[in-house]
Amino acid sequence: MRITLGLDSTSLTRRYPRLAVLATLFMAFVAPLGLYIGALVFFPLNTPERLDAMAKQWLGFDLAASHYRHLVYAVFLLLVAFVAVNFTAVFGGVSTWVERRVAGRMQSRIGPNRTSAAGFLAWVADAVKMVLKEDTVPASADQLLFRGAPYFSMVGLLLPFVVMPFGESVVATNMNVGVFYIMAVTAFVVVGILISGWSSNSNWALFGAVRGAAQVISYEIPAGIALMVPVLMAGSLSMQDIVRAQGGMPWDWFVFRNPAAFVAFFISVTSSLAEGNRTPFDLPEAESELVAGYHAEYSGFRLAIFLMVEWANMWIMAGLAVTLFLGGWQVPFVASETYKAALGAGLVPTPSWFGLQALSMLVFSLKTWGLVIVFIWLRWTLPRVRVDQMMSLCWKYLVPGAFLCFVVTLLWQLLVPPLGNTVTGVVLSLVAFVLLAKFLLATYRNIGRVKGDRVDLTNW
Amino acid sequence: MPMTEALREYFGHITDVVKTFWEGMTVTLSYMVRRPITVQYPDRTAQRVADTLPSRYRGLLEVDINVCTGCMACERACPISVIKISTDKDPSNLKQRVIAQFDIDESKCMFCGLCVEPCPTGAIQHTREFESTMKSVDNLVFRWIPDPKNPAPFYRPVKGQDAPRAPVGEILRQRMAKADWTARGGIFPVTGPERKG
Repeated sequence: MRITLGLDSTSLTRRYPRLAVLATLFMAFVAPLGLYIGALVFFPLNTPERLDAMAKQWLGFDLAASHYRHLVYAVFLLLVAFVAVNFTAVFGGVSTWVERRVAGRMQSRIGPNRTSAAGFLAWVADAVKMVLKEDTVPASADQLLFRGAPYFSMVGLLLPFVVMPFGESVVATNMNVGVFYIMAVTAFVVVGILISGWSSNSNWALFGAVRGAAQVISYEIPAGIALMVPVLMAGSLSMQDIVRAQGGMPWDWFVFRNPAAFVAFFISVTSSLAEGNRTPFDLPEAESELVAGYHAEYSGFRLAIFLMVEWANMWIMAGLAVTLFLGGWQVPFVASETYKAALGAGLVPTPSWFGLQALSMLVFSLKTWGLVIVFIWLRWTLPRVRVDQMMSLCWKYLVPGAFLCFVVTLLWQLLVPPLGNTVTGVVLSLVAFVLLAKFLLATYRNIGRVKGDRVDLTNW
Repeated sequence: MPMTEALREYFGHITDVVKTFWEGMTVTLSYMVRRPITVQYPDRTAQRVADTLPSRYRGLLEVDINVCTGCMACERACPISVIKISTDKDPSNLKQRVIAQFDIDESKCMFCGLCVEPCPTGAIQHTREFESTMKSVDNLVFRWIPDPKNPAPFYRPVKGQDAPRAPVGEILRQRMAKADWTARGGIFPVTGPERKG
């Protein structure tokens, strides 16, 4: 007699292979699609004026005059928050699976491939395991702070989603100080790290926390100055305005618009890696030295939150870089001003607005995922740097470099006519294209260097 | 000129970083399109893993009872008394001696191969089978006479002829294939004397 639990995924997938494929497809496409549709519906509606207008148009109800209008607004705010929180959780989970599969392949392994089709649901299994584990608090820890630390990290992760532009109009709030706001609130993560390290009453955790604080505070400077470059080029701190100042094609992206921005892009990505504690800058949790660093004493759900923050932070880092340097949600061949003019003149049908939103969200997500995969790829390429190397990289190279980019951009904006921007954009994007081709060629040649190796995509 | 030297060193570091990034990233990316060396044992291999082992691999013991002479040389040879054989007379034909019990406790066997050497007909052999996980350890007592009421007659070797032994591993594989590893006493039913220890 065989006893199987309902949650025993191995036996379930053995018995019903189609069920496994269906569950995988559901989790891989339908659930994220639901989140995207939620974002598409709730994010643009999230202003009192639009809600009032919608209530008047569709329900014939004057919401603005109602006593309960703040309640309705609050409900919509909660819906937006719900979508954002779930988005981070699902993204954090899926990225762990992507990371493990990419890492496996890069190390000539396979990675998790048994839980459901292609092992995709491994992240759900991990999350369930984490949640079911006991949440212990060390006896000598500062109870309140120890329990409270994950909330700070979580808040630091979630707040940037308020201004993260997912699509043409799909943004929770178009804040006019968006970039500044993101720089300010991401510091919450390090507050959580410091609190957790201090309250754990453990040497390893305290070392990790102090390292984290030193690292994040140092790298705020080059990151902030490098982020000023696209701000200067767009003349606005609002994330949406910065995207609107760019275009859909690569030569319209800020990264190629002037040479200083090209350098600033790399400075900004390096600094955000350091701020997000990603390898090669994961010193706060260097497992060879500090066990697990600031979250060494955590277990169960609170540890799950720390890990989720760490992985979901990749979306913030990548999304910020995509928004500021890589054209954000700008759809190639569809300029949003031209589209708006056409919509106003009645040249295109109104439902196509949703099409544009969906397309722009797709473009933004693809670019962001691409950058996330580059982060993962970097992690499995580079060894961890030492503390002194990290500090010298920041203060000797990134800070002067960022200042130089800043000054060059100022002069460029003053001295170079708009045509110069376009010419530079075309030239630099061509250079980038040639470099990419050379890179892929070098990669292909590397395969032949090992005797008997060739391009072979089997054994998944 | 210490100033230019310092500058050269400074910018040399930057070019080093760019070059080593380029080199390292091409190497790691190239592994994305190579075949991982992982063998996906047990269920996603091109062949059964037991079939890929060398022919002299000492796996689970197998007895072809049809060519067993009942000489008990293997039982005597076993240094740890893993093999238990008892013989009897056929009640219907008192001249014919039969093997009433031939048990091998594979859970104790240390795969030394000393039982295989004295066997005159090659009835007892090591196979290449090694996957012997059972939910109950009693299942690892392999009973080559499954039913004591149905004993096997002694085999008489014919001079100048090899004993017609079944291919090594066939019998064991057939019995293992039918087996449910979670069952208790399913493969080789526990009907004989109680297992010691």
